Amino acid sequence: MSAHELTTPAMRLDRLPRRRAVNRTMEVLAWLSATIGVGILAFVVYSVARRGWSELSLSLITKPPIPFSFTNAPQGLANAFAGTLVIVGLATVMALPVGILIAIYLNEFAPPSIRTGVGLALDVLAGVPAIVIGIFVYGLLVVGGGGQSGIKAAFALSILMLPFVSRTTIEVLGLVPNSLREASLGLGIPQWRTTLSIVLPRAIGGILTGTVLAVARVAGETAPLLFTSSLVGPRTSWNPTHALQTVPLSIFELSESPNPKDHARAWAAAFVLLVFILVASLTARWLATRNARKIAGR
Amino acid sequence: MSSTIQQPMSEPSIKVETRRQPMPPRERLETVFQVEDLDAIYGRKTAVKGVTMEIYKNLVTAIIGPSGCGKSTYIRCFNRMNDLIPGFRQTGSVRYHGQDIGGATIDPVAVRRNIGMVFQRPNPFPKSIYDNVAWGCRVLGMKDSLDERVERALTQAALWDEVKDRLKASGLSLSGGQQQRLCIARAIAVEPDVVLMDEPASALDPIATQAIEQLMHELKGEYTFVIVTHNMQQAARVADMTAFFSISRGGEGERYGELIEYDATEKIFTAPSDKRTEDYVTGRFG
Repeated sequence: MSAHELTTPAMRLDRLPRRRAVNRTMEVLAWLSATIGVGILAFVVYSVARRGWSELSLSLITKPPIPFSFTNAPQGLANAFAGTLVIVGLATVMALPVGILIAIYLNEFAPPSIRTGVGLALDVLAGVPAIVIGIFVYGLLVVGGGGQSGIKAAFALSILMLPFVSRTTIEVLGLVPNSLREASLGLGIPQWRTTLSIVLPRAIGGILTGTVLAVARVAGETAPLLFTSSLVGPRTSWNPTHALQTVPLSIFELSESPNPKDHARAWAAAFVLLVFILVASLTARWLATRNARKIAGR
Repeated sequence: MSSTIQQPMSEPSIKVETRRQPMPPRERLETVFQVEDLDAIYGRKTAVKGVTMEIYKNLVTAIIGPSGCGKSTYIRCFNRMNDLIPGFRQTGSVRYHGQDIGGATIDPVAVRRNIGMVFQRPNPFPKSIYDNVAWGCRVLGMKDSLDERVERALTQAALWDEVKDRLKASGLSLSGGQQQRLCIARAIAVEPDVVLMDEPASALDPIATQAIEQLMHELKGEYTFVIVTHNMQQAARVADMTAFFSISRGGEGERYGELIEYDATEKIFTAPSDKRTEDYVTGRFG
């Protein structure tokens, strides 16, 4: 086939109006899709904020709830925010080191066959529904193991976080150029030291981003908490050996209350959760760019 | 072979500079590497086949040849750098001062501790200029008078004057040529015995290239250099000994790199014994 035959069909001028139309259509479709994505988020934030606005105040976070109260005494969900903080914090402490070590092993040390196998296992784990993890921890630790507790809830959430942390860490470790590893190994530095002092610092921004996103994701998780940390009173507690109230469960419980003020509080709590996730994502982004700038030496 | 350093008999095809000291006869040279029948294999593909040669102490040895002839693979056999590539294996032997360093019982970290490397593209750590040089020393336990050590390495790498006022600046803020000299400083700061250079100037401009060649020339009294280059003029300028590799074809379309000729640089460039070497150095191929 000659060059002439190859180029001519694409250059035919009588098709030009049609190609322009197709191009314009696709552009509009892509623009619409992007708008829908942003629009849905804006709509969610707006409707949650509108319904919860009346109960949105500092006492939502600082004051405990008053059961069966039909007065106007200020009350909030301090117990739920404390519980979520403790449980998600503990879950992060459990998932982060294991997740990062899995990623380091797979990316820096494991032979390709193991890398593929364990990587597949992580993907499957990431796809396991949260309720299955909940019932698994319930069967394993709650039944006949002293009942519910914050630690058990944190354990369930950490299982959900693990594949996220590992996957993102593997990804950012993969972005560390091999030439850096070679530079260090070429000096006669052992591989563990190369990983610790050269590879990890370079990847830390991305690891933090992944962690923050994983935290944001499990902070709103409800199903595993039903099984592991749901039988609670209104008292604010920071003790993870007992069952702790959590924000997602509070939202669910308040939504079933006959009192419309409780509904508004559920919306307000949902809004706080949304804002938390938004702030977490922005922090992750900020950390990532700051780290990238530091690496580039600017 | 002791009479290879003679005035070229015919007109040299490439001007060989004469600032190089005459090389002592080969039997008086100390052997650093003794390579015997080395095959380097990636999975099922043989990259380099049947190399036998010796590399001598305090000389600059250049490895030249066309792209894909296995030069880089070959030089990476000297410090077990190919270990990092899954599916790589080598047969035959590479002896370093008599000890086979290719074996499974040898710790590659110990090998690399003695045999430093400078890579094709400058790869400074994302650390300060000072730490780029000092970090390796610190980790390897050479902590005494670190400042002097860093200054000496940077001076030897002809970079000290350019960076002495901004040692805290990032190594990545330097120009490409400066970065490569920083990498050389980093490699020699830990006092290796041999410095391997894998096309160290291929990404650099002529002035940076000249600086690197100059420092190799000045430092060869202390180190043994092995340099891979696809630049024949560079080999002619810096190397005492030159090995020419080429691509050979075996049965069933197999292609592999092979050592064609290894001799004093003058001999390789002015009176090569192999037709393929002559074709290459005169620019008729490659």
